[in-house]
Amino acid sequence: MNISLLLEMAAEAAPDRIGLVCDGKRWTYGDLLAAARGAFELIQESGAEYVALLDESSEAAVIALFGAALAGVPYCPLNYRLADADLSVLLGRIAPALVVGDEERVTRIAGDQEHTVYSREEFALKAQETVPGDEERVYDPGEGTAVQLFTSGTTAAPKAAILRHSNLLGYILGTVEFASADEDDAALMVVPPYHIAGISALMSSIYSSRRIVMLPAFSPEGWLKLVESEKVTNAFVVPTMLGRIIEALEKAPGTDVSSLRAIAYGGGKMPLEVIIKALERFPLAGFTNAYGLTETSSTIALLGPEDHRAALVSDDPKVRARLTSLGQPLPTVEIEIRDEDGKVLGPGEAGEIFVRGEQVSGEYKEKSALVEGGWFPTRDAGYMDEDGYLFLSGRADDVIVRGGENMSPGEIEDVVLTHPAIADACACAVPSVEWGEAVGLACVVREGHTQPGEDELKELIRSRLRSSRVPEKVVFVKELPYNEMGKLLRREVKKILAD
Amino acid sequence: MKPGTRLKSAACDTEVMVIRCGTGTIECGGAPMGEAKPAEAAPLSPDFSGGTLMGKRYIDADGKYELLCVKPGKGSLSVDGVALVTKDAKPLPASD
Repeated sequence: MNISLLLEMAAEAAPDRIGLVCDGKRWTYGDLLAAARGAFELIQESGAEYVALLDESSEAAVIALFGAALAGVPYCPLNYRLADADLSVLLGRIAPALVVGDEERVTRIAGDQEHTVYSREEFALKAQETVPGDEERVYDPGEGTAVQLFTSGTTAAPKAAILRHSNLLGYILGTVEFASADEDDAALMVVPPYHIAGISALMSSIYSSRRIVMLPAFSPEGWLKLVESEKVTNAFVVPTMLGRIIEALEKAPGTDVSSLRAIAYGGGKMPLEVIIKALERFPLAGFTNAYGLTETSSTIALLGPEDHRAALVSDDPKVRARLTSLGQPLPTVEIEIRDEDGKVLGPGEAGEIFVRGEQVSGEYKEKSALVEGGWFPTRDAGYMDEDGYLFLSGRADDVIVRGGENMSPGEIEDVVLTHPAIADACACAVPSVEWGEAVGLACVVREGHTQPGEDELKELIRSRLRSSRVPEKVVFVKELPYNEMGKLLRREVKKILAD
Repeated sequence: MKPGTRLKSAACDTEVMVIRCGTGTIECGGAPMGEAKPAEAAPLSPDFSGGTLMGKRYIDADGKYELLCVKPGKGSLSVDGVALVTKDAKPLPASD
């Protein structure tokens, strides 16, 4: 089965309904399907083995995704923020490709790789103008790869994660009801197109017939403006964006955000104070925390609106703690927590999160990471409480091992963040002659507060956790390093602490 | 028959995508479905005339068969004469 089915069905059911709004231009489902079929012709003509996107979000992302699917070549959106040298290597790995986006850059850094290059405008226009000929078209049956995403590759060469048509359709058909959106529903998209959440959002919005409103480059003011003018009902944001949106809203309290009914977030850890503030600022909106990975075709667990509101008003610490949880697994996947020996752990016991299900690919072009029984080891560390709520304690690789004792950075950071003068904190391993590793701590002082003494912070941790958690080294920094998706770059912090 | 096969009704406009299947005969409106439409339409059986709905998934009691309706019609779906039912999933909040 081919993911193009999603767009074909939306266009069959309501060809004239608006499916996408970008830069003021409106596209019906019929327009989008016709353009995807036009793109099929362009792709076939070019002989490309991949379709790449080197650009911000636009209609070209939808046309390229479904055009590539029809042609049976993987769609591979690339991170335009990468340095020339790194990007050139990735382009080389997918040559010859039909590349949509930054023509000048592709010509400059990969001019000898025999790509076919179109600008965004040229591609969208040509795809619209190209009408399939008289002979019957045979579109790809969808038995292979639909999407290939390069991992960020911070420790080694980027890996090429493979998502098959069957993975993506398993996710969409299992979680989205066809044409379930109201005619007025609109989803605001700000996630970059090379992120899995940016791809799954296109598919789930189209299959539910929810109009996509694209904001190619995020700014909190631009986001609020579009919510108001397009009467946006649904939005997905990463935690840093939500923090900035709340700040901007405080500066422009007259903004009408009453249309917003659902705000989903994910991609990084949400600070407790930000989500509490958001629940207060958007009293009418339902919040959903979505947890997922590239290798799992997006969401595998979620904390829904009712859980958020219940946690906010609860006196029960167990229920209140759920504001920081990832929620419960989707009914279509299975999740297990396992220890280092592969033993399945019970409620409250921390280990590595394993997942399996139709939507789970766990496959790289080089090799599959799946283990026996089709389980995917996420490398995320966490635990599940007795009611099945999943909690994340960090990447399995971030665990600090001090003299054989495993410590998760999260528990230390949560304690430090209770100090009124600390705005942000990161705990990570520092080399220790005595223990192998010990705890290092980097903190950001809250604006308008005096920097607390090192001993004060150590005492706070000692009083709440075991003494092994007390940091050997504490540094104060202006800000912590995050990537554009709001993920804390722990290895950068490690470098700061090592100096 | 394999997953991904598109079947057409001989008795109405219904078209389905096979998501899961066994070795039985998949029918619509009481007549076997096929990859091509027959030259002459089959009569619509009154016992299987409840109609299909676009985007609905239809399953049997054992969970062996699952069909996705990609084009609606007047007939209803069955396998070896046993009617299929719609799969009602608990709606999830939009997460992306």
